[in-house]
Amino acid sequence: MLVSGIKSRPEYTGLHIDPHARRHLVALEGEGALALLEKAETKDPGFLSRLEILHVKGGSNHAAALRALNADYWEAPTISTMLTRLGVILSTAHMGLRLYAAGTEGFIGQVMKVGTDAGINFLSIRTEHRGSLARRVSCVHCKGITENVTTNPATCSHCGLTLLVRDHYSRRIAAFQGVCIDAEVPGEVPPVEEAFR
Amino acid sequence: MSKNTGMQVVVTSIKKVADAVKCFRFVPVDGSDAVLPRFSGGSHVVVTMKGRDAAGNTVTYRNPYSLMSSPDDSSCFEISVLRTEASRGGSHFMHDQVKEGDILTISNPVNLFPISAGGRKHIFIAGGIGITPFMAMMDALAARHGKFELHYGFRSRTHGAYWRELEERYGRNRVMTYCQAEGQMIDFDNLLEHQPLGTHLYVCGPAPMIEAVKKKAREAGWPDENVHSEEFLAPPSGKPFIVKLKKSQRDVMVGEHQSILEALEAANVDANFLCRGGACGQCETVVCSADGEIEHNDHYLSKDERESGKKIMICVSRLNGREIVLDL
Repeated sequence: MLVSGIKSRPEYTGLHIDPHARRHLVALEGEGALALLEKAETKDPGFLSRLEILHVKGGSNHAAALRALNADYWEAPTISTMLTRLGVILSTAHMGLRLYAAGTEGFIGQVMKVGTDAGINFLSIRTEHRGSLARRVSCVHCKGITENVTTNPATCSHCGLTLLVRDHYSRRIAAFQGVCIDAEVPGEVPPVEEAFR
Repeated sequence: MSKNTGMQVVVTSIKKVADAVKCFRFVPVDGSDAVLPRFSGGSHVVVTMKGRDAAGNTVTYRNPYSLMSSPDDSSCFEISVLRTEASRGGSHFMHDQVKEGDILTISNPVNLFPISAGGRKHIFIAGGIGITPFMAMMDALAARHGKFELHYGFRSRTHGAYWRELEERYGRNRVMTYCQAEGQMIDFDNLLEHQPLGTHLYVCGPAPMIEAVKKKAREAGWPDENVHSEEFLAPPSGKPFIVKLKKSQRDVMVGEHQSILEALEAANVDANFLCRGGACGQCETVVCSADGEIEHNDHYLSKDERESGKKIMICVSRLNGREIVLDL
């Protein structure tokens, strides 16, 4: 059902540490914590002393392990709280800061959006996908965003249309595009599959 | 196929603006109401020059020069040319042969060094004649109230072009000059340390300066995406060799002071090109086989591509050996 080879489909190449960064700002959600914990195993003091962690627990709990790194640590109650705080941090930050994000795609996308809005080039944000493949989907008809979409087609939580979830991704709104699947013959909908677990 | 063959322009003024630097102004050939194509700050044009080599033979040079006039002014283009001592002929031709009223062929503007649109602040680092692309870029930024500063180094006050007028136009808080003869140096460590997030750095000048700045920026934790540079290479000389063209079944001799591209053009083979300075990637050509070692002189191919020996940028790279077979 998905059109393959869409260039806007993001790639998450891993939480590669920039050894020269003056400040490592790492946004983590759920299982994304493990991506940092694996990198931090080396206990490199040069890295840990310049590390700041913004963490949302999500479905898992790695808070204790992250606290044990003895880095600057802050736990956000929700993703949106974290994004607000991230925006404030970035608004006064200097070059030399490196932004990292690990977790689900929807989370990474929203962190990247705050980063690019603050002037960071999206290619310089280091990302690693961990956890669910659930997607953040933007309905191209009503513009509403539906979080945690696991099926294809999916129902728009705003206007109720049945949407084909595409690989077509928007960095500006940090979401995949959902397009009405039964526009020609309303009601003629292919079976719903669990596509993004 | 070379798509960017360009247009004819009249040289309406030639001014000496510094030691060994002349500024050339071009206007369209056809009539006073004709306009030149619009361009964006950082663009260059390739100027075609028909000169003579030491033996008196006609030689065609095509050199890229940055446009330094205002991108908002489509009545004229301005370039500045440094007369280089080790010139293969191009800069000497511009300095010694071209007169006001002459007609030259130039390409359409091409931009390989654009202002980064999402940038919050732009820092330009120029060495010597590397000032030229920044003049158009600063003009464009000033028009849209963009935040920028220029750090401009030159050998002496008489070697440096335009520094006085740039200081006057943009003020000394935005234009910082560094005169080597007076012992002034750009303090990169301090410069890179205190820049707001979203700052972009642009370097244009001699190769060692570009490399040094890139290294400093990386060590200061700047992402590569925020550091931009442009350097046009003149095709280096070397030993002559033969190019065999697989598709067109021809042999072309590449002379000591010729690039492969120039040799092909002299033999009326239409090869693809854009910048002619090893930067843009347009002339990338597949190598079928090479009897000898390829000397990669471009800024375009990756390390892996070079090592594979399957690709060559024919505008600046050559063979140290007998014969190379190209898929042309």
